[in-house]
Amino acid sequence: MDLLTFGVQLLNGVQYGLVLFLVASGLTLVFGILGVINLAHGAFYMLGAYLAYWIAKYTGSFWIALVGGVGISFLAGMLLENIFVRRLYGRDHLAQVLLSFGLILVIDEIRQIAFGKDVHSVAPPAFLQGSIQLTDVLSYPVYRLAICVFCLIVAAAIFYVIRQTRIGMIVRAGAENRQMTRALGIPFDKVNRYVFAVGIALAALGGIVIAPISTVFPGMGDHMLILSFVVVVLGGIGSVAGAAVGALMIGLTDTFGKVFFPTFSSFSIYLLMALVLLWRPNGILGQREV
Amino acid sequence: MAGSAAAAKDDSVLPKPSLLVQGLTVLVVAVAIALPFLAPSYYVQFATKVLLIGLAAMALNLVVGFGGLVSMCHAAFYGLAGYVLALTTPKYDPASLWLTLPLAVGTAALAALAIGALSLRTRGIYFIMVTLAFGEMLYFLFHDTTIGGGSDGAYIYSKPSVAIGSFVPLNLERANSFYFVVLGVVGLSILLLRALVQSPFGHALAAARDNERRARSLGFPVYRLRLTAFTISGALAGVAGYFAAAQYGFVAPQMLGWHLSAMLLVIVVLGGMRGVTGPLVGAVALLGFEEVLKSVTEYWKLVEGLVIIVLVFALPGGLRQLASMVLGPRAEAPAAEPALPAAGEASRA
Repeated sequence: MDLLTFGVQLLNGVQYGLVLFLVASGLTLVFGILGVINLAHGAFYMLGAYLAYWIAKYTGSFWIALVGGVGISFLAGMLLENIFVRRLYGRDHLAQVLLSFGLILVIDEIRQIAFGKDVHSVAPPAFLQGSIQLTDVLSYPVYRLAICVFCLIVAAAIFYVIRQTRIGMIVRAGAENRQMTRALGIPFDKVNRYVFAVGIALAALGGIVIAPISTVFPGMGDHMLILSFVVVVLGGIGSVAGAAVGALMIGLTDTFGKVFFPTFSSFSIYLLMALVLLWRPNGILGQREV
Repeated sequence: MAGSAAAAKDDSVLPKPSLLVQGLTVLVVAVAIALPFLAPSYYVQFATKVLLIGLAAMALNLVVGFGGLVSMCHAAFYGLAGYVLALTTPKYDPASLWLTLPLAVGTAALAALAIGALSLRTRGIYFIMVTLAFGEMLYFLFHDTTIGGGSDGAYIYSKPSVAIGSFVPLNLERANSFYFVVLGVVGLSILLLRALVQSPFGHALAAARDNERRARSLGFPVYRLRLTAFTISGALAGVAGYFAAAQYGFVAPQMLGWHLSAMLLVIVVLGGMRGVTGPLVGAVALLGFEEVLKSVTEYWKLVEGLVIIVLVFALPGGLRQLASMVLGPRAEAPAAEPALPAAGEASRA
């Protein structure tokens, strides 16, 4: 493998890792702050991609699809938190597992009724459609670079909100000690709803940005869910920085795994997870027992 | 006997069955034995499937109900044992049950031991995610490689043979014989699980579930207890998977997938977690319900999903809770069991 091919694969791995980060950061926020395990996270990733396909089909604009898909998912997240999830905050994880599994079945069937089970594709915005010619045979699509930039901007926004704003302060306080935060009269319950909705929206956003470079198909959420779990386990629950580290590790492991030993690339991810668990059972940047 | 001594005392792990429940049990066993003589073979095969899923769920309940550990990888042990049968069955001849069953169950137990050893280093949400991820690892092992036909799966052309030398006691190709063998296996498993949860081991496991710190300070080897339970549970799930693969004559990676693991959890909660046979009742209820739904509507998954959501909110104690609501609190003595304790909040505080 020459240096250029290596560079291209490296870029692919980073780009994959960044999208993984989008999805996994939503998951880790919901885990860390609400203490809720959400198996339906992958279903919203899938739903985001289908919404993007559907909106883009009728409006012809990727940007409307992006905003619309994220907006609808955000509202769905608010609604779900209000109806179901908030009743589970104090309860056993088993109840949360069952609720989110029930939601998966419902969301899957709604997708089946609304969009069918066909495989679709979404066109990227016109000005991002080209590719950069590196050598005579090697080129790199502009859209993949745009994903990297976009994900970095979103990641920066997440870090800014959590570290620098008042809402972020409430979120951090709630993650540290829920009862104390509530006792101090801080509107933590309202913030909870936004955290859950943002988590869902991030999953959908991941599905939307990935739609133009992969296909939109019914089972796409399942694989992403497991990968996000591995990312969160690697990074440490509730740690957004950990999710970033974990996502890049998985992105690179998966991409280079596919290059060097194709049939065992999925396997290598879990091997990595097993090794990290032996070394640090609470994840690389995780401190608390959850 | 340790079991009867524990049952005589009030601190038994298992709820004491009322006269009604005892009567019902006798009736159910009688119906189960009479079934092949009364019902068409379609229902006999359906009953076999229910028994096997029920067995897997009872196995899972050893760690979920009695160990307090939410495992999301039991389908992997179930499917792994099925794959061992598929890989060891020659194309034109049956495999010997006496060789392949121990091999399949041993493989499942080994996988459970390895996965358990790593996963049990973690707690709570971590444990759920790690078991889920390791289960998917085994799924991808069969999905991405060419072992056992890759993502297409593999056929098992003949059911295992129980011949000992030239003596053939039963022909498992006959649906009724197969059903009785499965019924016997499930019966033995129930006896084994009952003996386990009533033994000192079972009490220690339950103690670690109720208060890990206290159990640890009393000197119980909590990690080793849980690992033992996890391994036995994985092995029993393997028994179910072995017979399921033999029944369908087919294995596919989906057999190891986490959707089945989640379904088993639903069955466990539906049937009730504090009894050994609860999950079997849950399997009858859920699979029976599914069968009816499938004949009524194309969108049965939507209805099933909604039913699961209702179960979480309205019936956290499962069917047992429903029974005590209908029959009054006398039907089940410990009706006010905290089926799903608020462990999340307690550990966060």
